[in-house]
Amino acid sequence: MSRFLIPAAIFLALAGVLYVGVVHSPNKSTMQSALLGKSVPEFSLPVLGNPSGATLTKAQLSGRPWVLNVWATWCVACREEHAALLAISQQNALPLVGLDWKDEDEAALEWLKKLGNPYTVVVADRDGRTAIDFGVYGAPETFFIDADGRVQYRHVGPMTPEVWEREFLSRLPRGGLP
Amino acid sequence: MIPELGHFALILALVLAGAQAFFGIFGAARGDARWQSVVRPAVAGQFVLVSTAIGVLMYAFVTFDFSVLYVASNSNSALPTFYRVAALWGAHEGSLLLWAWILAAWTLAVAFASRNLPPSFASRVMGVLGFVSFGFLLFTVATSNPFERIFPIPADGRDLNPVLQDPALAIHPPLLYMGYVGMSVAFAFACAAMLEGKLDQAWARWTRPWTTMAWAFLGVGIALGSWWAYYELGWGGYWFWDPVENASFMPWLVATALIHSLAATEKRGVFKSWTLLLAILAFSLSLLGTFLVRSGVLTSVHSFAADPTRGLFILAFLVIVIGGALALYAWRAPMLKSPAGFEGTAREAFLLYNNIFLVVAAAMVLIGTLAPLIADALGTTPLSVGAPYFDNLFPMLMLPLGALVAIGIHAAWKRGQLGNNRARVLVGLGVSLLIGLALVYGVYGASKPLTPIGIVLGIWIILSSLFDPVDRLRRKLSLPRAIIGMTLAHIGLGVGVLAISLVESYSVERDAAIAPGETLALGRYAYRFESISEVEGPNYDAARAVVTVLRDGEPVTTLHPEQRNYWVQRSTLTEAGIERSWNMDMFLALSKNVGGGRWSVRAQLRPFLGWVWLSAALMALGALVAVTDRRYRLRSAANEPALAQGSAAEAT
Repeated sequence: MSRFLIPAAIFLALAGVLYVGVVHSPNKSTMQSALLGKSVPEFSLPVLGNPSGATLTKAQLSGRPWVLNVWATWCVACREEHAALLAISQQNALPLVGLDWKDEDEAALEWLKKLGNPYTVVVADRDGRTAIDFGVYGAPETFFIDADGRVQYRHVGPMTPEVWEREFLSRLPRGGLP
Repeated sequence: MIPELGHFALILALVLAGAQAFFGIFGAARGDARWQSVVRPAVAGQFVLVSTAIGVLMYAFVTFDFSVLYVASNSNSALPTFYRVAALWGAHEGSLLLWAWILAAWTLAVAFASRNLPPSFASRVMGVLGFVSFGFLLFTVATSNPFERIFPIPADGRDLNPVLQDPALAIHPPLLYMGYVGMSVAFAFACAAMLEGKLDQAWARWTRPWTTMAWAFLGVGIALGSWWAYYELGWGGYWFWDPVENASFMPWLVATALIHSLAATEKRGVFKSWTLLLAILAFSLSLLGTFLVRSGVLTSVHSFAADPTRGLFILAFLVIVIGGALALYAWRAPMLKSPAGFEGTAREAFLLYNNIFLVVAAAMVLIGTLAPLIADALGTTPLSVGAPYFDNLFPMLMLPLGALVAIGIHAAWKRGQLGNNRARVLVGLGVSLLIGLALVYGVYGASKPLTPIGIVLGIWIILSSLFDPVDRLRRKLSLPRAIIGMTLAHIGLGVGVLAISLVESYSVERDAAIAPGETLALGRYAYRFESISEVEGPNYDAARAVVTVLRDGEPVTTLHPEQRNYWVQRSTLTEAGIERSWNMDMFLALSKNVGGGRWSVRAQLRPFLGWVWLSAALMALGALVAVTDRRYRLRSAANEPALAQGSAAEAT
């Protein structure tokens, strides 16, 4: 009999691996970003809803910590996290830059008008190139970037007040912003 | 209202699947004919209901019903009708529905074809299929309802992922699912045999055609996916050892082992418990493949993080179905005895070696594919093995297997009698060495060390498979379809080994930036960039280039590679320009406009790439011919013993 139990035993081990894979999802949502600790990729993107064609570049943001939130109007989970973002923006703790990913400008403006705008500034990544540079694989994703322009943390999935408290605010230098 | 009808049909189908499983399995266990009589109507009813559900969803797609969330997420008013239909299986929920529908269709076919099987056995087979269907429908209804509504209703849909807007990819999933789900029939036959506690040669004969058909579908499905990746992704390769590809390749490897092991079980009554195990494994890997792809455990970890309930449901289902079958195996398999012995050079032995290599190869692919998950479970650093792991290990397993095929074809059942066929083995090897080495050193020039080995082996396999049928024709013996089919499939294998060796060794490629008027040289060939213009498709606009291919300075053909920009999803896609002659694929993909009128392009020449698809087509054709063999059509239980003896005398 014993020899015939081997397949079942192997399968159980495999199922164990898959189980860990499934329940470890909190771990995955903070999945190591290749960018962690590295410098933010260079970008220069048009500011959403700015008719004069102003752009935002990496250089303009250096010198203070900031947060990048990748979102889009077609993303269901982004609608889910929107309330949390609005609450966060009330704290005025950090500049919150929105990266509108592969989206229609009009739809995005309409969305912000209707649901409220939590962002300090929103840039339009119309062809999704910048998101690729950031290693984004699904919206929403949120990055904490320090004063030296390095990615310190990446959160995958909807933002929640808990995550904000635990992973973002805690990374601010003591005593708030300089 | 209509989408709710589909949802309701799905729930009713779930109930019927439950009845089919319960009365099928317990009706047979109790020997209760009335209980068993419920099974066939349940199968038919389930098919009608799941067909209704899928029809309703298709109707929603065709009529632009964007109030259905799934339709809104995966189609658009500018999407052509053909892709609106194909969009049905463009994402998770619809794929599950398609899976359930194909399972219902296979089960219906089993219900019709099993009238001549012992009633209790047929009832158990359909019961097991009902159980699998129950799990799938429950999963769909509970976690992935494709009929969910959205409010407010969007004015237009998000469009089908442009990557999927392609004819080959539109029909790739249904074919692949035909293969995956077809394995459930072999699985159900195995479970039924274990529940009955009886497995004889007749069992193997019933199981064989189903398995062979599923194997053929799986092979064609994989080949179509690979073909699509080749011309649509613009990377120029045809196989990337991507988790999604691996997920479909593993069941194919095990199913290949299974159809060979079944042959030995049918002809000689050997490998009984091993055959059962392979049948379970083939289906388990099909399930695992479906879920790895659909749940996104591996490719985009994201979807799991978003909905852990789905992941846990999947896992529970896998544990119940596969774990249950393996427990049944551990209990019943020791009772099965394989009476006949055989020598180390007998055909049985070669089939055993074949099985070992194929199963080890499948295990190797499994470990490579799950490496990131295993590393995660062990808490070590994230680890993912890439193409080098597979590229190095896979030929090490496949080349010896190829040699075993070339020799083993000549072995007789029970006693190998290879001595009698020594001439065939040596002539085959000699001729293929001659042709192969002439090809390598005369035509193409020396390359990697494995190149000559692969080329000679490919030719040897083709020659070896031809000996027996040619001999039969010369001696005016009958040539059963089983043998024609086997020969075609083995030639397909030889063609595949040969083609892959040539492609891997003699492809040339160059990435460069060129402007109209300029020429890019590539060996004896050259690509001349003539012009570029804007064109507009139904839901995209594109830059289309005209490129002339020159060979020795003479124009051979013109390519029209495109760079498409899909409006709704704003994604840019490459449509490579490919022209195929009998021995060469000329490939050019436009990558991006680098400014100043220059475009970066990827130019490739791939000798004999077309033969890789030919190889898959030959294998599938062989399978089709083999399942139409006479002995599968004579199913009457009464003349089984006579038939078994009659066919045992023949080969295969």
